[in-house]
Amino acid sequence: MSKLTHLDQLEAEAIYIIREVAAECENPVMLYSIGKDSSVMLHLAIKAFYPEKPPFPFMHVNTTWKFKEMIEFRDQVAKKHGITMIEQINEEGIKQGINPFDYGASYTDIMKTQALKQGLDKYGFTAAFGGARRDEEKSRAKERIFSFRNKNHAWDPKNQRPEMWKLYNTSINKGESIRVFPLSNWTEKDIWQYIKRENIEIVPLYFAKERPVVEREGNIIMVDDDRMKLASGEKVEMKKIRFRTLGCYPLTGGVESEADTLDEIIEETLSAISSERTSRVIDHEAKGSMERRKREGYF
Amino acid sequence: MKSLLKFITCGSVDDGKTTLIGHMLFEAKLIFADQAKSLELDSKAGSREGRIDYSFLLDGLIAEREQGITIDVAYRYFTTEKRSFIVADTPGHEEYTRNMAVGASFADLAVLLVDASKGVITQTKRHARICALMGIKHIVLAVNKMDLVDYDQERYEHIKQDFEELVSNLDLESVRVIPVSATEGDNIIKKSQNTLWYKEKALLPYLESIEVKQKVKRDKFLMPVQRVSRPNHTFRGFQGQVEAGTIHVGDEIFVLPSHEKAKVKSILVSGKEENSAVYGQPVTIQLDHEVDVSRGDVLTISKELKVADMLTATVLWMDDKELVEGQNYLIKVGTKTLPCMVVTIKNQININNGLKTPVDKGIKNEMIECEIALSESIVFDRFENNEAMGGLILIDRVSNMTSACGIIEQSVNRSNNVIWQETDVTREIRATQKGQIPLTLWFTGLSGSGKSTLANEVEKRLVARGFHTMLLDGDNLRHGLNKDLGFKETDRTENVRRMAEVSKLINEAGLISMVSLISPFKKDRDDAREILGDSYIEIYVNTPLKECEKRDPKGLYKKARSGEISKFTGISSVYEPPEKPHIQIDTSKYTLEEATDLVMKQVLEYLS
Repeated sequence: MSKLTHLDQLEAEAIYIIREVAAECENPVMLYSIGKDSSVMLHLAIKAFYPEKPPFPFMHVNTTWKFKEMIEFRDQVAKKHGITMIEQINEEGIKQGINPFDYGASYTDIMKTQALKQGLDKYGFTAAFGGARRDEEKSRAKERIFSFRNKNHAWDPKNQRPEMWKLYNTSINKGESIRVFPLSNWTEKDIWQYIKRENIEIVPLYFAKERPVVEREGNIIMVDDDRMKLASGEKVEMKKIRFRTLGCYPLTGGVESEADTLDEIIEETLSAISSERTSRVIDHEAKGSMERRKREGYF
Repeated sequence: MKSLLKFITCGSVDDGKTTLIGHMLFEAKLIFADQAKSLELDSKAGSREGRIDYSFLLDGLIAEREQGITIDVAYRYFTTEKRSFIVADTPGHEEYTRNMAVGASFADLAVLLVDASKGVITQTKRHARICALMGIKHIVLAVNKMDLVDYDQERYEHIKQDFEELVSNLDLESVRVIPVSATEGDNIIKKSQNTLWYKEKALLPYLESIEVKQKVKRDKFLMPVQRVSRPNHTFRGFQGQVEAGTIHVGDEIFVLPSHEKAKVKSILVSGKEENSAVYGQPVTIQLDHEVDVSRGDVLTISKELKVADMLTATVLWMDDKELVEGQNYLIKVGTKTLPCMVVTIKNQININNGLKTPVDKGIKNEMIECEIALSESIVFDRFENNEAMGGLILIDRVSNMTSACGIIEQSVNRSNNVIWQETDVTREIRATQKGQIPLTLWFTGLSGSGKSTLANEVEKRLVARGFHTMLLDGDNLRHGLNKDLGFKETDRTENVRRMAEVSKLINEAGLISMVSLISPFKKDRDDAREILGDSYIEIYVNTPLKECEKRDPKGLYKKARSGEISKFTGISSVYEPPEKPHIQIDTSKYTLEEATDLVMKQVLEYLS
């Protein structure tokens, strides 16, 4: 048994996974969503290879509806670390005017899943790292660390490859790919404690601040730009809020909070009575909706 | 910092594994409010009698919820005041045994459930054995559904005895048997009033307190190399995780399998310069001078590691396709992946009693002892000494499926002439690379008929056209490969056989082969045709004997006529002409160029 702390063990496991992919997979890419989990994953990639730069590019799937602060943060981070950051946008979706207000579930499919698949196909990536964790959602809890995808990027949850010890099987045929989740065994709490320990920079949206918001169907939605149309009866108010997860601003609910330091955030996380996914509007749609999206190629 | 316990729940289907974990999380207030609410809603809609169905907390796949069973492992993370836990809830169906094994490979402890009304059954035994195989040293047998047997102590004692007998020949460090009811909550979080005869701890308190630290069997530094990092000319680092012991800057290490020595110049521990590193840490190590190190090699100071190209292993066969002898796979041990062949299937290990029975194939979910030959030597240790160097997986080379997982028992000396046959690059691949059909052009005819001259010309023409060729001359090979052969009939037969076999190898290399050999007997040529198959193209150089004897380039006919040479074809030994040669040419009728043109025209047809 190791004398390492729990966080040390999680860090070692993630670095091991990231290095295995770099060594065995032909053309890997690291998906970067700008959120806290991605920030931790990027940090681990830098550590895994230092003084060498990570030997793979990073890719951000941009729906064009992300918070402004996220995009600024992304560009700063890429510059600071000197890494290649590919921005992938579904241009066809933009031309068709697909937006989160009018298109519901198909918006996520077209601007996220399809855009992701386009990006992976365009560059012929054979392995893609994602920052997903098993404690986020029930179908994620069932997924392997090295998760195999067929030619159509589809996941077959009933027929996953066995995954033993640290002996990851990276063999694939042409056109197939693997999604790799180095943070599988981290919990939300682990992420925050690691961010604090390692002093990892994160998007300021995670910290509580006065922000312009409206209340919509029980969620607190931030008015990030003037594309947000207000329904009758809705009015913009200033509220001290923060975000537990980040995504497209019209689909991401904030929480009222006073936590503007990491310690306060950790405190809040430990005593939270709701799981973080409650702030993601899309997850409420139907039971098994995450699994369905994953089968279709979503991360 | 709280310690972490990784455990699994296992046991037969419907023994209540998922419910047990669900209940534990629920009672210990370890689930979020939204999950609890969703659980209550789901239960009302789906469960038996509208009671809370705790299994809904974990069965996350649509198919699982529809069928009410667990198909794959679910991982849950929770923390109590005393300890952090990761629990892998594994499926009970025999069909999904491999998914149970996935969970077992990850855990330090197993909570194995039995139904108190049914007792220890085959699936209980299978799971206990797989747990032990995968390296689990601590088992808790949870005798579940005690409520259904009226909390009968006798029933409990009976099952306890059965179980202790089962595990007596497994290599375990602790075994505990706890009577529980997952649906009612008896002895899950706290001691139940229904089982006052049970004096030990309830399940969760037991899990919070058990010490699972494994005895360190290997304490000398070892690190399998994951990756060689060379960002610039001045830095060359070896990345990997320390799998045993401690290493300091300045220590002398050696590289396996090469045994080259070097000193540690610097150590980066997760990206930061340090003076030393310990077991479990991810490191990048620089050595003081250039040594040949690549992925799959091991840096170490241990003399206990073994290097071999053949080993025995006990594997859990997980593929629908059967395991048969002679099959090729990729094997992964540590950070080394390489081709291998299962050469001998020795025994099947009986799930019920652990006894070995000789078998010649492996079927899904069986534990099989076998011998594996590797394409090159690898570094390993026995699994019981070091998990990282003793575990293996076999990968199917066509489907890429992880067909088996297992543990290395020991190395084997290659005594029984097992030679590794590389089959990755096939004859077809080699030929395709050269853009040609690898044929054997078999020139047969009397001595002096012009076989060798013609073969030589044909080869020149083929090479000029960009073909890749090789010429085997019967006379020339008698100076080397066939110098032990004379001209007796049996020797001539052997001579032809060897030429055919060599030519076959040349064809397998993707080359066009030309054989120039009298090969007078029909039977021998038929054997050659047999060896070479469709590649065999017979070219009968049917120059008349009179003409051959006139040419007599080597003065052999003269010697034969004078009796100096016996058994000379055409004079004192018979030449049996081919009945249906692919190509025929009488060189006495043409100039060499004309004859070559004629033969080439037909050869090119066979080559297209």
